[in-house]
Amino acid sequence: MKIRLENVVKTFETFRAVRDVSLEIESGELVALLGPSGSGKTTILRMVAGLEYADGGHIYFGDQDATDIPVRDRGVGFVFQHYALFPHMTVAENIAFGMKVSRVKREKAAIEVRVTDLLRLVRLEGLGDRFPAQISGGQRQRVALARALSVDPKVLLLDEPFGALDANVRHDLRRWLREIHRELGITTIFVTHDQEEALDLADRVVILKDGHIIQQGTAEDVCRNPQSAFVMKFLGDANVLAAEVRDGRAYASGAAIDVFGMADGKAELYARPADLDWSAQGPGIPASITRVLDRPDGRRVLATAETGEQLEFDVEPERGLKAGDGGFVTLRRAKVFAL
Amino acid sequence: MRRNVLPGLRLSLGVTLLYAGLIVVLPLAALVFKAASLGPEDYWRIVSSTRALASYRVTVLCALGATIFNLFFGLALAWVLTRYRFPGWRIVDAMVDLPFALPTAVAGISLTALFTTNGWFGSILADLGIKVAYTPLGIMIAMCFTSLPFIVRTVQPVLEDLDPALEEAAQSLGGSDWTIFRKVILPLLTPALLAGVSLSFARSLGEFGAIIFIAGNQPMSTEITALLVFIRLEEYDYQAAAAVASVLLVTAFVMLALTNWMQSRALRYTVRN
Repeated sequence: MKIRLENVVKTFETFRAVRDVSLEIESGELVALLGPSGSGKTTILRMVAGLEYADGGHIYFGDQDATDIPVRDRGVGFVFQHYALFPHMTVAENIAFGMKVSRVKREKAAIEVRVTDLLRLVRLEGLGDRFPAQISGGQRQRVALARALSVDPKVLLLDEPFGALDANVRHDLRRWLREIHRELGITTIFVTHDQEEALDLADRVVILKDGHIIQQGTAEDVCRNPQSAFVMKFLGDANVLAAEVRDGRAYASGAAIDVFGMADGKAELYARPADLDWSAQGPGIPASITRVLDRPDGRRVLATAETGEQLEFDVEPERGLKAGDGGFVTLRRAKVFAL
Repeated sequence: MRRNVLPGLRLSLGVTLLYAGLIVVLPLAALVFKAASLGPEDYWRIVSSTRALASYRVTVLCALGATIFNLFFGLALAWVLTRYRFPGWRIVDAMVDLPFALPTAVAGISLTALFTTNGWFGSILADLGIKVAYTPLGIMIAMCFTSLPFIVRTVQPVLEDLDPALEEAAQSLGGSDWTIFRKVILPLLTPALLAGVSLSFARSLGEFGAIIFIAGNQPMSTEITALLVFIRLEEYDYQAAAAVASVLLVTAFVMLALTNWMQSRALRYTVRN
């Protein structure tokens, strides 16, 4: 099911949570709504679900205007951040709930068969008789997904699906959700504030800030071509240096990089820790190392430039650097945004 | 005893046990002792006399009626107070506790004044052929009044803590409002409702002050058990008073045990393995 948001607006009291958002999601696509808290991502998801009504604009499911269809008739599967499993029902009863209360009457036996299928899909065979309090967080998450899928939704919506889980479980579930999505091909939107989760999982990432869409595209698009300093900073660690653009080149305290088609003037230069390197001789940004952090996959070096700017970069594990060393930070690549 | 990090166990446990012993256990033990001093035949004769039996019937039936009424009305009141904010909300919320704060005799006198055949309500009801004061219906109304706060105040906090996402989840799965109430909300409220019901019923069984003014107190028809105990005390027949009182005591105990058992059944899902 294709979903289209057209100039959608939502205001809570005086807080404008969503301002004029338009977005198209193709049938079968897996889309991440990524943004810091307060960016309106959850509100957009809840409006698509029908758990909030839009104050303005339209939401289309296929060709049908779904803006005013109540949630119970909208045919969406929603997975809540804290799962919202019914605590007094067993896992199997939770999954069967939607089929039992549906206006489409189903045979009892048919419901049982479907529950068994869904339990197998989410790999929880044999846990049907447990209560939610008796299973782990990751298992609860999977029950919530099975319950959402039980009503054959046209769209699957997940609110911070892995937010409350620890890192290992999160990693496994992420891969598994991707598999389920490939298997079922259902249009899926999920909300997250975790960049890695969005980039790893989604076909397309929609980055939001203050109720606006700032940028959208594949993980490659947004990572390689961030169109604003906000996206650059939000997607991962970044060093910021004051820079000046002159004649198609940006200069920042001893380092310089080509920039095409930028007007002359003050700018900021952004570089990822992996975009910087260290060398004993110039040219480069003169700096001294203040600390070296050892990590499993390399060494993170913290340095202070002569201008006082703090820099962080990664070097190979073999590099024998230590605090107090002086030298030059060199620039492999960087993004420059005009101020 | 296992070592415990939290301080003050011995002292606090000692003080509370002593207090509970003096205030709760000792009087009950004295009552049982007094009743037991009768001997089985006399005891049985007193507790199964026709007048006593009639008093049990009217007390238990009225208490049941009042509790069932409060179950619905109390739940509705708790629902309205937690779900909605309206002008005067604070006043209504405070009024729920009034039956606790008001001396029961005052309540009894006011209810009687309202419901006698020439009172404000009583005169209207009398025209419809309904007599309230000096009938079991009056007893029931007095019981309703004094035991209302129990159900409201036990259900209210549970309703407030109910995660709105549960209802939203049920809605997204296609449940109608009534289905969601019946299958999701009500089961989660059941333990609190049972607790409220048991307190409300126990209170109604023992209520005295509010009832005696409105009941009419005719032996065999509107005489409650607590009053019968009081009458025996006035006659200095302490053994008979204790015997009749012991029946009330046992009924209250059975009721509390029963609701506790039902409550633990309703809460099975919270037990981890």
